[in-house]
Amino acid sequence: MANTFQRDFKGIGWSMNGSVPLRRRIRSTLFGTPGRMGLLKRVFVYSMLIILAIAFALPLYWMIATALKPFDQIFSIPLQWFPNPVMWSNFPDATRVRGAPLPLCIWNTVKYTVCGVIGTTLSSALVAYAFARLEFPGKRMLFMLILSTLMIPFAVVMVPQFIIWHRLGWLDTLKPLMIPPWFGGAFNIFLLRQFFLTIPKEYDEAALIDGASRWDIFWRIIVPLSKPALATVAVFAFVYYWNDFLAPLIIISSEKNFVLTLYLANFRLPFIGPIQWNLYMAAATMFLVPCLIVFFFAQRLFVQGIVITGIRR
Amino acid sequence: MLRTRKRLREALVAYGFISPWLIGFVLFMGGPIVASLVLSFFRWKLIEPPVFVGLDNYVEMFTADPLFLQSLKVTGLYVLIAIPAGQVLALWLALLLNQKIRFLGFWRSLFYLPSVIGGVAVTVLWLWMYQPDYGVINSLLELVGLKGPNWLYSESWSLPALMIKSLWSVGGSMVIYLAGLQGVPRELQEAAQVDGAGEVQMFFKITLPMLTPVIFFNVIMAIILGIQTFVEPYLMTLGGPSNTTLFLGLYLYQAAFRFLKMGYASAMAWIMFIIIMTVTLIQFKFSERWVYYEMPEG
Repeated sequence: MANTFQRDFKGIGWSMNGSVPLRRRIRSTLFGTPGRMGLLKRVFVYSMLIILAIAFALPLYWMIATALKPFDQIFSIPLQWFPNPVMWSNFPDATRVRGAPLPLCIWNTVKYTVCGVIGTTLSSALVAYAFARLEFPGKRMLFMLILSTLMIPFAVVMVPQFIIWHRLGWLDTLKPLMIPPWFGGAFNIFLLRQFFLTIPKEYDEAALIDGASRWDIFWRIIVPLSKPALATVAVFAFVYYWNDFLAPLIIISSEKNFVLTLYLANFRLPFIGPIQWNLYMAAATMFLVPCLIVFFFAQRLFVQGIVITGIRR
Repeated sequence: MLRTRKRLREALVAYGFISPWLIGFVLFMGGPIVASLVLSFFRWKLIEPPVFVGLDNYVEMFTADPLFLQSLKVTGLYVLIAIPAGQVLALWLALLLNQKIRFLGFWRSLFYLPSVIGGVAVTVLWLWMYQPDYGVINSLLELVGLKGPNWLYSESWSLPALMIKSLWSVGGSMVIYLAGLQGVPRELQEAAQVDGAGEVQMFFKITLPMLTPVIFFNVIMAIILGIQTFVEPYLMTLGGPSNTTLFLGLYLYQAAFRFLKMGYASAMAWIMFIIIMTVTLIQFKFSERWVYYEMPEG
């Protein structure tokens, strides 16, 4: 940072020692030199960035602004950019809109998300370990099979799965949501395998000579060394299960078993007359808070995760 | 002898490790896929016993069900327009972020965040923004003197509305492009610069070819996800008005869980599967022509 700053300083022409012809200096200031952006390009890049940033930030701003407005203000024309007065009470009010029993919904979501995160991370790591480290017949074929399941839409397996849960009498319970994550996810297996491959094999070999079992190696060497990758899988899983809608939608029917996505989707039903968008946005904001927290604390992990899977094959 | 025993042992241990996935695959993936193929040859209302009808479901779909054809059209249009637009935007953002700019972390978070938090909450938010009279989008259009359309309530604007919303979540692709751009070797760019290549020329002659593997990956993932679009039409339009946003995923859901036509829905699911497979295979085939791999596989 400091370096670019100094270079800028010179480029704009404060060091007027006259050794460089003025025309050349202006030229290089405007159009840049190899290794440095010219002024014109800089203006262009930053104005593009700012315009796009406004467009990308607007929806989120609007959600929060609406969430803090009194009811009559959300319909005001011309539109009101800043809530005035700021209605903090919308947040507690949003939890009191008649609908599904909220504490139960929160508890169900926590159960689903925790199961999803722990289950998928642990099981995917086990499977990934075998594909990264062990030799066994059918390895290549099975790995291709795992990758090809990425192509299979949930819609294709949705109906038969529904029938299985129906037969088991598990419809409208949380079991069909809490059990499947424990069987590994293709995307996560792929990501973790890629990461495990980067751990030097010598560690394993040394441990094997010392008489460690494969499980010991997995649990005592690979897992501790892979914390960043495991955390990446965990944060992706968190966001996925926290936001999951379709699976709960087909499984759950009674309000006491709702997860928060169902609660949020049905939020507007109790309103008679116009929807109270301020309360709705307050509810949406509160719903997103855990995701936002995870995003801001684990952003590096998100970026790293999609880079591992997207770039390295 | 000792070697074979050792290898056998290792194989057994390995199968132990992958058993969660194997069991899960049989129960929740492989089994259901076969089951849904079988089901697609039956007429089954869930409460009555299933009746074998052969290929009738498939025949009906393509000859006697205008809604199904409509859902194919809607999904196809969405994929053909929203995905290229989204990928161009994502690449454009990545190119901007790949300049020597300050606060890279800030910009990247801002563009990336929407794609991470997507789902019900965000869909409801866009539902609010698209309201014709009080929504922020039309209010903004009014500020610049334009009369905004009725968006989700308009037959011609409902699908474009969903396409525009999808542009908001291109951040995931953007991050992948950005990583790809950072992998383009500096020496190549410098060499081109020495040879007097301009910025635009450099982009089309060097950057873009080097990026093709990443573009390929992003496009395939976006298509697979795009064909399955469900939450947005379900929460924002329920397929309307006049079925202009009846996505394949939504119609399938309705057939299965509203009309309980399990066999018919399974047939539809298989068509969806076949479409995704075909598109992916075509992409792979086609990729040999335009994707440039510098590194050896591995």
